[in-house]
Amino acid sequence: MARPRPEPMQVVKQRRDAALTALIEGVPYIRFLNITFDRRGDELTGVLNFDEKLIGNPFLPAIHGGVTAAFLEVTAVITLSWEHMFPRIESGEIGAEEILTDENIRFPKTIDFTVDYLRSGLPRDAYARAFINRAGRRYASVRVEAWQDNHAKLFAQGTGHFLMPQPPTPKA
Amino acid sequence: MVDKTDLARQFIQAIPHAKALGLDLTHIGEGEAEISMPYNKQLIGDPRTGVIHGGAVSAMLDTCCGAAVMSHPSAPGGTATIDLRIDYMRAATPGQSIRTRATCYHITRNVAFVRATATDDDSDRPVATASGAFTVEGR
Repeated sequence: MARPRPEPMQVVKQRRDAALTALIEGVPYIRFLNITFDRRGDELTGVLNFDEKLIGNPFLPAIHGGVTAAFLEVTAVITLSWEHMFPRIESGEIGAEEILTDENIRFPKTIDFTVDYLRSGLPRDAYARAFINRAGRRYASVRVEAWQDNHAKLFAQGTGHFLMPQPPTPKA
Repeated sequence: MVDKTDLARQFIQAIPHAKALGLDLTHIGEGEAEISMPYNKQLIGDPRTGVIHGGAVSAMLDTCCGAAVMSHPSAPGGTATIDLRIDYMRAATPGQSIRTRATCYHITRNVAFVRATATDDDSDRPVATASGAFTVEGR
């Protein structure tokens, strides 16, 4: 039997982008920090769009350490959720409309998060990418790196552990 | 004499991000600080439950730890975070303010060691705890 013809690229791209946009724009705190994501295939890069309200030290000036921590954590959770749900987004099982409204679509929860501050965050855009060290059935370990102008010169990096969403336990 | 808490409060309010979060410094001691943050819908992390995002709690804990370092009698000037670890115990109850309390429990010429706890109205059950190392900078 012949293999089914792949869906047109535009349809696939549109489905991926609609799901990602719904995921990002549905969370007030991500909008508050004005974090957006660049997507190339299944690869995500978080973008922290600079704004004055992100400043923590007005004398240097430098981005607030808490903002850096939050940016790394948001990038970690979104990347982890994205990879976890990607097959179901690809198949069309999870659509943009229900991604944040359906009670059955759960997200990973942060257990702990550690940030290393390597240099001060300059008052300009920052980028972050997360790498999943391991995603098991219950726990996941994720590493995130953040940079500004030069990817080789990270200004912060982080590692976090997450509790993966559990399938509902059937009642006996 | 100017009240130390008022001075520290003004200092926190001069930080643009602390202002954006609505942070209020409620207590400052020698190596101790307390900050509260009112519930704010803009900081929600899960729109289905209204729970505040962990990142906002991290930002608060970081600010509180920094304030504790600067209030220490042996700290001559500013400080910056070297590393900070946050442990999340539970979701903060939607609608309630979050309060953080930080203690700078050891300080050397170059490094300050800090611990902090975040709670909501149920102060017996922490929402999150933090521990970190901060720089000690001259004036």
